[in-house]
Amino acid sequence: MLNQFVTPDLQPAAPEIFLLIMSCVILFADLVVGQVQRWMMSALTIITLVGAAVLTYVTMDGQVVLTFSNMFVDDLLSDFLKLVLYVAVIAVVIYSRSYLVARNLEKAEFYLLVLFSTLGMMVMISAAHFLTLYLGLELLSLSLYALVAIDRDSARSTEAAMKYFVLGALASGLLLYGMSMVYGATGTLEIGAVAQAIYHGDANKTILVFGLVFLVAGIAFKLGAVPFHMWVPDVYHGAPTAITLFIASAPKLAAFAMTLRLLVYGLFELADQWQLMLMMLAVLSIALGNLAAIAQTNLKRMLAYSGISHMGFMLLAMMSGVVGGQADPFGTLNAYSSALYYSVAYVLMSLGSFGMILLLSRAGHEAEMIEDFKGLNKRNPWFAAVMMVLMFSMAGIPFFIGFFAKFSVLLAAVKAGYVGIAVFAVMMSLVGAFYYLRVVKIMYFDAPVDTAPIEAPLDMRVLLSLNGLAVAVFGLFPDSIMMLCTTTLVRSL
Amino acid sequence: MEALLAPIHQHVGPLFGPLWPLVWNLVKIVVIIAPLMLGVAYLTFWERKIIGWMQVRIGPNRVGPWGLLQPIADGMKLFFKEVLVPTKADGWLFIIAPILALAPALAAWAVVPFWDGGALADVDAGVLYLLAITSVGVYGIIIAGWASNSKYPFLGAMRSAAQMVSYEISMGMALIAVLMVSNSLNLSDIVRAQDQGRFAAMGFGFLSWNWLPLFPMFLVYLVSGVAETNRAPFDVVEGESEIVAGHMVEYSGMAFALFFLGEYANMILVSAMVSLFFLGGWLSPVGFLPDGIWWLVAKLCAILFIFLWIRATFPRYRYDQIMRLGWKVFVPICLLWIPVVGIWMMSPFNIWK
Amino acid sequence: MEFKTIIFYVLSAVAVLAALRVITARNPVHAALFLVLCFFNISGIWLLLQAEFLAMALIMVYVGAVMVLFLFVVMMLDINVERLRQKFWSYLPLGAMVGLLMVAEMGMVLSGKYFGLDAMPGQTMPADYSNTKELGRLLFTDYVYPFELASVILLVGIIAAVMLTLRHRKDSKHLNPGKQIAVKAKDRLRIVSMPVEKDQPAAGQGE
Repeated sequence: MLNQFVTPDLQPAAPEIFLLIMSCVILFADLVVGQVQRWMMSALTIITLVGAAVLTYVTMDGQVVLTFSNMFVDDLLSDFLKLVLYVAVIAVVIYSRSYLVARNLEKAEFYLLVLFSTLGMMVMISAAHFLTLYLGLELLSLSLYALVAIDRDSARSTEAAMKYFVLGALASGLLLYGMSMVYGATGTLEIGAVAQAIYHGDANKTILVFGLVFLVAGIAFKLGAVPFHMWVPDVYHGAPTAITLFIASAPKLAAFAMTLRLLVYGLFELADQWQLMLMMLAVLSIALGNLAAIAQTNLKRMLAYSGISHMGFMLLAMMSGVVGGQADPFGTLNAYSSALYYSVAYVLMSLGSFGMILLLSRAGHEAEMIEDFKGLNKRNPWFAAVMMVLMFSMAGIPFFIGFFAKFSVLLAAVKAGYVGIAVFAVMMSLVGAFYYLRVVKIMYFDAPVDTAPIEAPLDMRVLLSLNGLAVAVFGLFPDSIMMLCTTTLVRSL
Repeated sequence: MEALLAPIHQHVGPLFGPLWPLVWNLVKIVVIIAPLMLGVAYLTFWERKIIGWMQVRIGPNRVGPWGLLQPIADGMKLFFKEVLVPTKADGWLFIIAPILALAPALAAWAVVPFWDGGALADVDAGVLYLLAITSVGVYGIIIAGWASNSKYPFLGAMRSAAQMVSYEISMGMALIAVLMVSNSLNLSDIVRAQDQGRFAAMGFGFLSWNWLPLFPMFLVYLVSGVAETNRAPFDVVEGESEIVAGHMVEYSGMAFALFFLGEYANMILVSAMVSLFFLGGWLSPVGFLPDGIWWLVAKLCAILFIFLWIRATFPRYRYDQIMRLGWKVFVPICLLWIPVVGIWMMSPFNIWK
Repeated sequence: MEFKTIIFYVLSAVAVLAALRVITARNPVHAALFLVLCFFNISGIWLLLQAEFLAMALIMVYVGAVMVLFLFVVMMLDINVERLRQKFWSYLPLGAMVGLLMVAEMGMVLSGKYFGLDAMPGQTMPADYSNTKELGRLLFTDYVYPFELASVILLVGIIAAVMLTLRHRKDSKHLNPGKQIAVKAKDRLRIVSMPVEKDQPAAGQGE
């Protein structure tokens, strides 16, 4: 009996294994050198992420490899997403350090939880099985709940963590319920086999659609799409900004992967059903996100609502892949690669804007109100310019990365025949431009309220500048990244 | 054995009709429990004697020849005493608690094999059953502590809950190594697995038993067993100098006696487990002597003696030291030794093929 | 009626009654203990289904560890049950609705045409079939990846719990047992050689 088992091929999962081992090493290192050499923790974390990136890059061969009894998939899509993920997490680690040090929050646990949530995201990105998808999600969520509460003496953070935990647990429950329904209908948890079973018509449609509703609700919860967005502003606002930076950036990649794996890889045959649900989510998110953001005076809350609308755009792209239940190969590909492009662009912009808040914060001062950016141009023209680039890009003003992200999504929607929705989205973006431009306006035309010099470590300044530059420069060559996204998806679908 | 019992089945069986299996099992249970209770009674006597000798006293010597009737006298005394229930105690739970303390210690014997094939229930998941049943034992103490509605018992109960849960972990982990080398969860198979090996073939069976290759686990299990039964030096649960008698403060008469019986029955049980897991159960230490239940009894007595010896020798641990020993010493030792055994089993030097 | 069937009904009846008492008991400690009773009976039902590993694991993990710690906490809290019960009647309709919905769902699952019991025939296992062994084999072969992931999730749970609760109080007295044990007599005790004093005056005289 035992001889039937073939030891799984560990090579495709090498980055995950490396990350896990290094996390344990850091856990031990903290025990040994912990209190004395704090800098080692962040250095080790960055080394770990770079090592994982190298491993991912070296083992990237464009083949679709399944391992661990078909529970783990290594394809170009997962490699691409993971590489972006490492970059995002490294940026998070570098941006957060001085903020955490100033608030006495820089514990080894922060780095460990960031690494473990990265592991969770990697597992989600590489999931080929409902079980691993769910476990990856739980690993990510559990680490995030703890991270939000990292400042345990702050009542606001604790409240945010509690809210996040309760709602997140509810969402996991919904997702699991949906998964169990799909399992009941198809008799398998393997995403590929689920798709096969549905394709052959072996599955009961009623139960599948019943399960699908719960799956989409769970996904919407995790993405923070309306009407499952209640947690987003409170958690973004309540969490320490360094943690908000993390929540608002990297997990969106994993959420994109989850959506793609569940709906496109697993339940593609039900596209005409989930399309409708995604459409509702997308329209509501874009509308509510943009309208509610106008009323905000707190930049973190404003960015939270803008994040909701960005997720709406991402969903808009996801739903545009299929026209009337028929997959047109070119249109489908175009839609999904624009969704991928949008997620990557959003992560870049989100990293930059929350990075700016971190840059202006210092011990005893949170630069989270929009007023804190007043007259930034007079205080530091360079970073004012970086912020301007980020805001322009988020607003979708031409020739920044955000513009092309929105443009390609809208194009895909129009191609799929959703002209009305595309027009609606454009209108809402125009509304949205108002609050982004307001930030730019007060940076350049208002007198500074806060005149303290901006102090930040060199690595953070450099990386933040690079981040701003990337948003601007990638905007000049949108085709190259779009090509990359398309190739990735072609080789992985 | 079966042949000896066949006439009984044949002649007595029909008298009970379809209820015969039930009756027969009850008979078996009585056959196990009765000597056990006798053993418990004389363990208390033996304990007092041994500690007396170690402290250069005589120990009990008044009742009966050499004091041999002392436990019977004690039992009679407790039996005729009134069971007092404090006014504000939780009546039902107060009465149930001592029963819960004793019952698991007796129930666990169902899977213990006394000789090859000589177990009441020779089940595959015997080790799991033992672990499950012994983990329930803590309820007696917790409920007693809470139901008494009094401070000292409550403190005792809290201490006991934390201590039992902590030491169960190191106990379970020590067992993992045993399970790895015996490749079974069946207690009889675990004993039989110890009968194999180079030394056993040479006639020195005792060198093939698990205690030698798994020596650290043996020690961890033995010490955890002492802690699990709340015996000195881990008896903070009833530490007289701090909390009078812990959970037993409010109890009197037979209710109090049940706690005592439970503690001693647990001691015997833990000794039996150590004998089975590490000392070859019913196996004879040397090739030229036959295997049999007497070896199990002898090993059991030796370990019980160690229990008493420890009690007479060591001062009581402080509560935080107990927790430290469990979590920071035993658990890491187990965590280290399990991979060592794993690598050993995978290496060419594997002795458990 | 078969003997097993009788046992099943007894176990189920006690389990249901215990579960009812969990939610109706006025004292939280009693409620927790009834939950333990309920677990015991469910474990018995699992044994009847020949799922001995699940039965034992339920007792070992839930009864032996989780509920002990749970009781530990519940006993130390001074819970005002009356206050918890204040809104009982206003929440009852919603709770009852959810309960009924779940009963209906269970009914659908067990008897409906989609997941009905006849759709999943009972399997007869060979006599030497060991549930525990099979579970172990699957967990460490086909499901090793999710199994490891689950362990990482538990590790994260530990780290998070320690991070959120461990506080080094400045006023707590701390001992290093390693140092304590390593102490030698000469670290603490100084033996001084002193000359014998002579001409000791006779004590207690002259007063």
